[in-house]
Amino acid sequence: MLTAQFLLLGAVLFCIGVYGVLARKNAVMVLMSIELILNSVNLNLLAFSVRHGSVDGNTFALYIIAIAAAEVGVGLAMVLLIYRNRRTIALDDLSEMKG
Amino acid sequence: MLAADLLVAQNIGFGIIALLMVVGALRVVTVNNVVHAALWLVVVLSGAAAQYLLLSAEFVAITQVLVYVGAVMVLFLFGTMLTRARIGAENDLNNKNWKIAIPVSLLMLGVMSWVIVDGFSDEKLIDNPGEMTQVPVQLISDDIFGPYLLPFWALSFVLLVAVIGAIVLARKD
Repeated sequence: MLTAQFLLLGAVLFCIGVYGVLARKNAVMVLMSIELILNSVNLNLLAFSVRHGSVDGNTFALYIIAIAAAEVGVGLAMVLLIYRNRRTIALDDLSEMKG
Repeated sequence: MLAADLLVAQNIGFGIIALLMVVGALRVVTVNNVVHAALWLVVVLSGAAAQYLLLSAEFVAITQVLVYVGAVMVLFLFGTMLTRARIGAENDLNNKNWKIAIPVSLLMLGVMSWVIVDGFSDEKLIDNPGEMTQVPVQLISDDIFGPYLLPFWALSFVLLVAVIGAIVLARKD
């Protein structure tokens, strides 16, 4: 197995996630795309962990999983709050802070 | 090169799972039904757990299944069903200028692939495949509660703040 194949898979998933964040209007779909991005980073960390024979990458991957869980919790709470106040979660309509 | 150095079975497994993950990820960002997108995300996250097993990180793989496939997906489905009047296909899930995102992400993919291929062209993941062993959980816990104790505390506070914040944001007053 080559190091590059895991890194390339991570890069492909990252770019698909970036596309989802940019293209989607529904806030829940944007959160899903962010999960794709975080997973690609985990893949890179674990590949480098094996490459260098160290467990630090595993530790970082576990921390990232915990951070992602917290992020989804707060993000969905905000989406619910926006939905309760606006009756929509389309990100195009949230333009109060546009300036 | 010896046949054992090639790790044929692992490479075939990697290829199949990688293909599943890429197809699933593309479906997540293109399908026009939020519940279907969440189910395709399950495919991608389970495939990631399988890749972690190939990378001999079994503890992270099991944590991935527990946290992502178990908890985060339930949160997503709850979020979808609490904010949607109807469950089903809809055709206004994309921005009005979503086409700009395609060249942006393709450009990023090109640059990143170029850098990766340039830097790691034929570098093997492990020089001696016989040495690839499972990572003992004891080593991970020594790592977490040893040199990385301070980030662990910070992470505990982040989780506490997230729980309190989610309750405060979502409660009716």
